[in-house]
Amino acid sequence: MAMTEQEILAGLGEIMEEITEDVSADQVTPDKSFVDDLDVDSLTMVEIATAAQDKFGVEISDDQMKDLKTVQDVVDFIRRAGVSA
Amino acid sequence: MNPGTPAARAAGPTQKGSTRMRLTQGSPGARILAFGGYQPARVVTNDELAATMDTHDKWIRSRVGIASRRIAGPDETVADMAVAAGGKALAGSGLSPADIDLVIVATCTPEVQIPNTAATVARRLGIAAPGAYDLNAACAGFCYALASASDAVRTGTARHVLVIGAEKLSQWVDWTDRSTAIIFADGAGAAVVGPVADPADGPGIGPVVWGSAGDMADKIYIKDRNSFIFQEGQAVFRWATTALHPVARKACEEAGVAPGELAAFVPHQANLRIVEAIARKLGAPQAKVADDIVTAGNTSSASIPLALSRMIERGELSSGAPALLIGFGAGVCYAAQVIAIP
Repeated sequence: MAMTEQEILAGLGEIMEEITEDVSADQVTPDKSFVDDLDVDSLTMVEIATAAQDKFGVEISDDQMKDLKTVQDVVDFIRRAGVSA
Repeated sequence: MNPGTPAARAAGPTQKGSTRMRLTQGSPGARILAFGGYQPARVVTNDELAATMDTHDKWIRSRVGIASRRIAGPDETVADMAVAAGGKALAGSGLSPADIDLVIVATCTPEVQIPNTAATVARRLGIAAPGAYDLNAACAGFCYALASASDAVRTGTARHVLVIGAEKLSQWVDWTDRSTAIIFADGAGAAVVGPVADPADGPGIGPVVWGSAGDMADKIYIKDRNSFIFQEGQAVFRWATTALHPVARKACEEAGVAPGELAAFVPHQANLRIVEAIARKLGAPQAKVADDIVTAGNTSSASIPLALSRMIERGELSSGAPALLIGFGAGVCYAAQVIAIP
């Protein structure tokens, strides 16, 4: 089942709301940088990756995570993985 | 039949060679009688660390949740700290040293390999000739030792057991490596384990759920006696925040205590972010979650009994209340069980 970009974005919003104290789902827009705009550090990125695995069934390794700078990067990664899976 | 033939060996020992042995009589259940904790006097703040390495208070607090930690004096040993914590637990239990017949010290930082720490600690506490051994399951050590103590009481191989977690991690830390120097600290915690007073009460130590994953041995290690502790932080964080809440839930299930009934959740104080993530995934809304790491740092096998002793001292936990413990660390090893607060 291929997910739309909107569905992935909404899912990421839910994840961010759950694991961070001060980011709300509507702040999670494609152009946002995790580090610069959403104040996410490397450990929170690990939590996002593992939560994304539970939600979307897509594994994101520590190495792959290093290249995912913006919300759009993660959306694209999950879409690509979803297509090839 | 020739006794050396395969057929004879398969038939088992002959009547003539067998011995009928007796077994010990145990207790229907074990419980914790008292906790005790010890922290070295010296407080090391984040600002003090920031003076000698590239880090700062806010960064340390946000990454690991530690505000300050305790570091042992240069001549203060793991055995010294174990004796201090063990003595407090013993005093709190109302027992005398003569009542203890087994001493287990969980530690991964003993001063020397031989002799073990447990026999020295027992002698210094005036406990005459108990069984005494050290146990190394790193940061999971206390929960492993507690399970072993509970089993010893239940099977009758010991009646009262002194269980201690004691560590001097400061002597294995590279004080120029900010990834580990900000985390690890020194301290000790102890518990006295004995039989349930009345079998009708039910056990005070639930079934242990334990395990290991040796394929992750390279994530936390000290290479040799001349090396410092190394930790692959992100990999450990990923493991701890994904693999452990099912272990915690299983320990509840085995004990027949729902997470919602827990009065306290006391995971190993590895990193406040890990503590909070496991607690969130466990889903125990009534439980007071231990956050002793804020002022104690990560004291490996000492962290759980140290946190519990301080929570009890502050009056945060009532006697008989169910608490879930989970230790996890290098190996990797992990162990969890539900206990009743003494």
